Amino acid sequence: MQRSARPYLDSLLAIQQDIGWELEEIQDWNCCGATEYISVSRLPAYALNGRNLALAAQQANGVNTVLAGCSACYLNLAKTDRYMQKDGRLNAQVNEALAAGGLHYDPGTVKIRHLLDVIVHKVGLEAVKRKVVRPLTGLRVAPYYGCMVVRPDPENRFGSPEYPTILDELMKALGAEVVDFPVKTHCCGGHMTQISAPVAYELIRRLLYAADQYQADIMVTLCPMCQLNLDAYQDDANKHFRTNYTMPIVYFTQLMGLAFGHDPAELGLGREFVNTAPALAKIGVEVPEEPAAARPRTRRDDPSLPMPQPLLKK
Amino acid sequence: MNDQAEPKERIGVYVCHCGSNIAATVDVADVAVWAKERLGDEGVVITHDYKFMCSSLGQELIERDIKEEGLTRVVVAACSPHLHEKTFRTACARAGLNPYLCELVSIREQVSWVHSDRQAATEKAKAVVAGGVERVIHNEPLEPLHIPIHPATLVVGGGIAGIQAALELADSGHQVYLVEREPSIGGHMAQFDKTFPTMDCAACILTPKMVDAGGHPHIDLFTWSEVVRVDGFVGNFTVTIRQKPRYIDTDLCTGCGICWEKCPKRVIDDVYEAGLGYRKAVYTPFAQAVPKYPVIDPENCTYFINGKCRACEKFCPTDAIKFDQEEEFITVQVGNIILATGFDLFDARRVPQYGYGRLANVFTSLEFERLCNAAGPTNGQIVMRDGVTKPELVAVIHCVGSRDRNYNNYCSVICCMSSLKFAHLVKERTGARVYNFYIDMRTAFKDYDEFYQRVLEEGTIFVRGRVAEVTDAARLPSEDGKLIVQVEDTLAGRQRRIPVDMVILSAGLEPRHDAKAVAHQFGISCSANGWFIERHPKLDPVATMTEGIFIAGTVQGPKDIPASVSQGAAAAARVLGRINKGEIELEPVRATIDARHCSGCRICNGLCPFNAIIFHEDAMVSEINHALCQGCGTCVAACPAGAISGSSFSNEQIMSQIEGLLLFDRPVRSRHFSAV
Amino acid sequence: MNDQFEPVIIGFTCNWCSYRAADLAGTARIKYPPNIRLIRLMCSGRMDPTFVLKALAEGADGVMITGCHPGECHYLDQNYKALRRVLLLRRTIGQMGIEPGRVKLVWASAAEGVRLAQEIGHFVEEIRDMGPLNWPGRLAAAHVNGHGRDDRLMPADMMLEEVPA
Repeated sequence: MQRSARPYLDSLLAIQQDIGWELEEIQDWNCCGATEYISVSRLPAYALNGRNLALAAQQANGVNTVLAGCSACYLNLAKTDRYMQKDGRLNAQVNEALAAGGLHYDPGTVKIRHLLDVIVHKVGLEAVKRKVVRPLTGLRVAPYYGCMVVRPDPENRFGSPEYPTILDELMKALGAEVVDFPVKTHCCGGHMTQISAPVAYELIRRLLYAADQYQADIMVTLCPMCQLNLDAYQDDANKHFRTNYTMPIVYFTQLMGLAFGHDPAELGLGREFVNTAPALAKIGVEVPEEPAAARPRTRRDDPSLPMPQPLLKK
Repeated sequence: MNDQAEPKERIGVYVCHCGSNIAATVDVADVAVWAKERLGDEGVVITHDYKFMCSSLGQELIERDIKEEGLTRVVVAACSPHLHEKTFRTACARAGLNPYLCELVSIREQVSWVHSDRQAATEKAKAVVAGGVERVIHNEPLEPLHIPIHPATLVVGGGIAGIQAALELADSGHQVYLVEREPSIGGHMAQFDKTFPTMDCAACILTPKMVDAGGHPHIDLFTWSEVVRVDGFVGNFTVTIRQKPRYIDTDLCTGCGICWEKCPKRVIDDVYEAGLGYRKAVYTPFAQAVPKYPVIDPENCTYFINGKCRACEKFCPTDAIKFDQEEEFITVQVGNIILATGFDLFDARRVPQYGYGRLANVFTSLEFERLCNAAGPTNGQIVMRDGVTKPELVAVIHCVGSRDRNYNNYCSVICCMSSLKFAHLVKERTGARVYNFYIDMRTAFKDYDEFYQRVLEEGTIFVRGRVAEVTDAARLPSEDGKLIVQVEDTLAGRQRRIPVDMVILSAGLEPRHDAKAVAHQFGISCSANGWFIERHPKLDPVATMTEGIFIAGTVQGPKDIPASVSQGAAAAARVLGRINKGEIELEPVRATIDARHCSGCRICNGLCPFNAIIFHEDAMVSEINHALCQGCGTCVAACPAGAISGSSFSNEQIMSQIEGLLLFDRPVRSRHFSAV
Repeated sequence: MNDQFEPVIIGFTCNWCSYRAADLAGTARIKYPPNIRLIRLMCSGRMDPTFVLKALAEGADGVMITGCHPGECHYLDQNYKALRRVLLLRRTIGQMGIEPGRVKLVWASAAEGVRLAQEIGHFVEEIRDMGPLNWPGRLAAAHVNGHGRDDRLMPADMMLEEVPA
């Protein structure tokens, strides 16, 4: 979240006071393994997540909820916890791996929930409504959940896995006009942009096409991967199919921030590849030019030591 | 009981092989030998194992032993007493032994079928036999209870099954009370257009029966009514029916229809027209309604809402409108009850990915029935939701809500055939191209598969695969404005996207939303899926575990019209048998208070749910009214003085059975705890 | 069989629900451990607490009482009375030094053959974990020792004179 999804973090930090939260980052967290690791080798994948859970449990001061902003992280953590609870052997194996790092995790110790789920169910739509000072009236929003967060959903937190509605409700609470987005749980392409770009472009195109058909002004996401794919690769997809979509993609926290009256710059708006200004102008928000200082650091700023290239035999 | 004393009884033990059903898992011969050796002290004089005890030869074996060996008690180890208890008791009775001195213990349902370890199963079978032997010693000769049967019958539910049952009974000259919740009888069948596979018109074959039932001298019809209370037991139920106010004086009303012509209030009819058409606030659900009298729906009537209007009253030529009518409670006496309360259609909204309720041109099967019904809202025109456009491409999706772990696991039986019917009707009336998306085709029963062949030949396209999604999200401009059916074609082995104009969801059948409450009211039980449980799934499909309560039609499980009609008739036949005999015999399971031991503490009085225990103030003792007692035995267990005994389930019987069951584990029997 | 402790359990079933569930489990060939032996009563309300004490005293390691789900009793509400008795009984046997967990109440409708089989499986494992009750053995030991005033056994000893049937 520090880098590619900076606006997600910024906007979340901006609104956390409004909803009465204090968030604590898990110290020394590691990658959840995303979708790839689990399909390569299961045990290390679960162990990776087990480590995060163990760290979270260690760090929990009376709090027992791990909040995931990213759908894949949420799914992987939740899956690991659930499978460890169900499968004693897996539990033992993961803990054996964790023991090498002096860690231990009892499944079920922490609750893993997605940010959106907690905002809607714990904070509550009524509380959100009360905080709205700049309703998003007139903004047509396409709510996009992505495929990872809603299934499997054994505790039924998002409504139906095939047709979730909680993001729709949240956006309505902010005053936005929500389109009945039929592809709301379809895949954004995930890491296919790196593996087989045309496949990803097609998946991205389908989403953009549907959003365009429904005359949405803006598409709202709840996962950094989805945001990245739809935003950063929109141009590539356009080139690939000779289309010219300009569908701005933002995080739901950014729209919450706007509705709560925060400054767009504070919410990280203006960093997108696809310009959000025309859409947000509809609700009277001026999106700042991307501040130069906040541009992502280029490789040259990278503090790591330069590595000599190995000499290869001919 | 006592080791030292000579056994009082001469007991025969018969162990059944049940072919290989028992013998494959239990060493039956060993059980028989063991019983004679180990239980000889208890009075077991003869043991046999036999291939099929329930066969006439098996029964004769028992009869012969009773006569020749002078048996005074019989234990049969075979199947569940719910199956063959009566068989063996009757055999004993034929040989002159009181039938209640015979005990059937289950070593099939409770041993051989549920265990696989032969040694453990054999040991358990021995224990079960020992339990039976110890128990039977304390059995007492009893006489069955004779309960007179009231000749009238209550039929609940005026669908085709209920109508059939009512007509069969009434035609044989017996009084029937037919109760229907809606303003007219007819049920779901009245909503249909055609019936598969013959394609005869549903109304044409149903309405004569409705008219017969409506005008029958032996049928009292209560429409717009519900059963609110059921008291009593088989032979003599007292049923209270709530007649909701029609606000129409049926003595005056001629059914002329002026009232609904003049009524200014149009209401969407979401019952009969499945939400696809309108009715008035005063209405009969359809033209051929029986009875012909309309009802005023107070929730929508302008007069009931704001006190003005009364148009119907002004125009009624016979002054039949009575706004001050109140609900009535009618009490009837009946001997038997037939429940034919039918089904609810699965709510297709629960499958959000099929878009019903969101996408205009997704229809449910019931909506489509109304759409193609000549008396329906479109006069039988198959059109899209705009009311004009004829569809050119139509998809029929099978198994909506059925055969799906997320909703109902079971197959709803009728949907394959009704989907074929829809395909045929669409083809016939619009010439559209029709796709049927199915998991498996189920066209069992007479002439059904021939109909499938016919629809195949008509050119309907069948795609095997469960539909993933119905969406209006086009991926390509060619899909714009269409509904796209996304499906895995499992025969072609590929994903397909098929654009269509109209989608028909063949929704499954579900138990009525209030089936559980109804079951509770009538003292019967529902299966895990919510259908009413029959006494035996194969051999007694219309009776229930509760004497005097019968079931017919879809209330017992999904089925088509012929099966519902058969069940209606079958239930009627069962009831007729009872009525003609005039009485039934019931198990003499009743509690009795020994007045000499009763201390008059009255603990039992409050425990009886049937108020069968009366307290005599003068003698300070309680007494049980056997006509009311149902034999649950709660009072027997509660009496601190041990003054209450329960026939068939006495303390001695159960205590001894416990001893017997545990005999095998205690080679040296301790006498410290011998039953008193 | 191996050395594993095989408990003996007596099950009281209701004629209308759990006995039929047991029949259903049989018809469906659902397997469960052979450690349980069933007795049919007309209703769980017929279950006299002395039946349970009797079973334990005769050598059973556990007793399972099954009845219709609350609200579904064939005799309207007698299963609630069974519930009351079981709760009291568990306290009573606890005072006698017997684990209250040896007596268990399970609701099973006539349709729940699978569930009943599962519950039996669970209960057998629970009792297996508790080990043998061996109440008759304990009593015999107490008698051999003369006065046998083992505190744990005292209430049980008193039972000897008082158990009504």
